[in-house]
Amino acid sequence: MAVLLDKNTRLVVQGLTGREGTFHAKAAAAYYTKVVGGVTPGKGGTTHEGWPVFNTVADAARETGANASVIFVPPPFAADAIMEAAEAGIGLVVCITEGIPVVDMLKAMTFLKDYPSTRLIGPNCPGIISPGKGKAGIIPANICKEGRIGIVSKSGTLTYEAIDQLTRQGLGQSTCIGIGGDPMIGTTHIDALGLFQNDPETDAVIMIGEIGGSAEEEAAAWIKVNFKKPIVAFIAGQTAPEGRRMGHAGAIIAGGKGTAAEKMAALTAAGVRVVKSPADMGQALVDVMKK
Amino acid sequence: MKIHEYQAKAVLSKYGVPVPRGEVAFTPEEVHDIAKRLGGPVSVVKAQIHAGGRGKAGGVKLTKSAEEAETAARELLGKVLVTYQTGPDGQKVSRLLVEEGLAIDRELYLGLVVDRSSQRIVLMVSKEGGVEIEKVAAETPEKIHKVFIHPGVGLLPFQAQQLGFALGLAGDSLKKGVKMMMALYTAFLATDASILEINPLIVTKSGDLLALDAKMNFDDNALYRHPDIRELRDVSEEDPLEVEASKFSLNYIRLDGTIGCMVNGAGLAMATMDIIKLAGGAPANFLDVGGGANAEQIRNAFKILMSDKNVKAVLINIFGGILRCDVLAAGVIAAVKELGVPVPIVIRMKGTNVEEGKKMLAESGLNFATADTMGEAADKVVALAGGR
Repeated sequence: MAVLLDKNTRLVVQGLTGREGTFHAKAAAAYYTKVVGGVTPGKGGTTHEGWPVFNTVADAARETGANASVIFVPPPFAADAIMEAAEAGIGLVVCITEGIPVVDMLKAMTFLKDYPSTRLIGPNCPGIISPGKGKAGIIPANICKEGRIGIVSKSGTLTYEAIDQLTRQGLGQSTCIGIGGDPMIGTTHIDALGLFQNDPETDAVIMIGEIGGSAEEEAAAWIKVNFKKPIVAFIAGQTAPEGRRMGHAGAIIAGGKGTAAEKMAALTAAGVRVVKSPADMGQALVDVMKK
Repeated sequence: MKIHEYQAKAVLSKYGVPVPRGEVAFTPEEVHDIAKRLGGPVSVVKAQIHAGGRGKAGGVKLTKSAEEAETAARELLGKVLVTYQTGPDGQKVSRLLVEEGLAIDRELYLGLVVDRSSQRIVLMVSKEGGVEIEKVAAETPEKIHKVFIHPGVGLLPFQAQQLGFALGLAGDSLKKGVKMMMALYTAFLATDASILEINPLIVTKSGDLLALDAKMNFDDNALYRHPDIRELRDVSEEDPLEVEASKFSLNYIRLDGTIGCMVNGAGLAMATMDIIKLAGGAPANFLDVGGGANAEQIRNAFKILMSDKNVKAVLINIFGGILRCDVLAAGVIAAVKELGVPVPIVIRMKGTNVEEGKKMLAESGLNFATADTMGEAADKVVALAGGR
């Protein structure tokens, strides 16, 4: 089985009736994914594009057997939507929404500690795709190819770039996980690498990080001890100025900390093949697989 | 979002944080009047810019009369202050804070930030106030004391006391310190602050605690629920092109290179800057047009890129997922026709509807260079920028 998504996945879309929710629910349903319904408070009992709509995630879970959720609700309500999904017993919660206030996420992350069986991906992420099996999120399926390489990334379009480079090398993907560019996220690089480590269908991994925080350094320490598969890494923001937020809420070098140079050095020291150029991810992966 | 010291002090005093008496002024005459009103033997005239290190740069003046304060104001207003936080161009002073002088016994440091690793708000203090705290953290980290605050229960009195003892406070001063820390945490949470720094937090000779300086930054994502704080934005402290870009929800940061970049997605935008550098060029900006960019936004993005006179060539790097390449191509063609972009443009497109997009560019009759990979695009644009 693939990481996180398989044929038993039953996906509910929180925010189904919105423009983005509708568009991506259809795209997921057209790509092997069992979309079982949507949640829009106040529209319970109606149907949308043939799917039943529920007022609450709990109703949706009870009526449809949903075990995964993807969230497209606006930022002021998104942290609430995450907590609602966890409380309804949803095992996999993928939050696409960008722009959630940090304080809201602080509360959500604390709340989630009471629900250890819920895994949050994101927020501010493109979600996940397992080529040939299904997707929860916005990663375009047409660039993917079934295969045995895992991708974990803080950035959406850089994930697409990595997928494209692999596909052009003839290498397919087992699962691509966009973990998001916010300072506070559910699934970290380490969590995703742990999943790939234990996945018999993944042979090697591309890891994409960016400036800000210390998640890549923490991942490097973890990789050194625990990760046994070939791995290539790229860190975005080598030329980013200090003290400026580079688009993502989490992408900032503060007080000289969180630079790309530090992260690249830590990963290199852990035995990871670090590429300087984002154009070299695919070729480097081919190289490390040969060794 | 950043605000000025005098604004931060006004926000904090609403939450019961003690601050020195003082008022903001825009002219030397106002400074004179305020100093007179304050009435004490000493008043302090402080330049208000969005950067730290003002004292060392000569932006803070101690004065002994209203006349002296006015003279100091004439010197400071309009002056460009260069501090370790402003960059080499410095920042022009157009507002002053005039405050009462106080008899200082000790200078302490207090800061509140959101800590990513622990997913908690952290309150930290140090006896080493009034200096660059980054230095203290790097050289003598044991002199910084921290407590991690549970979002459910908030700052607990025992935690504040712990820090009070670590600061060497006792008796009445300890009580005042605990009260002040509680008020600061309440203010931090209630305003969705991202950084709150009191450096220095002073203990006066009479044992009172006051915020002698105050720095507050706010979480941009939460500004929608704080219209009062949004009003405190001072756009004259920001790059005019960045202010313009923010009106169109474009994520733009100006840099000092010659190659303008237009990219979708923050990570890819950073990576594009990186690959330009590797190819021997220098990016003129970071620009993320976002996932849902339309023709109108592409046009606005071009306008902003072209307003930067350093730009000698433009690299458009788009990986179409939701943003379709044909929509992008239509936007670029329309913008170039309308604005008459005078510099070479290299376009690298991938993803959804890329073939239609490429066809549209080829048939437009306009002179675009195209590239298939990021590496090729970077090499081309660097060559074109250097050739001019």
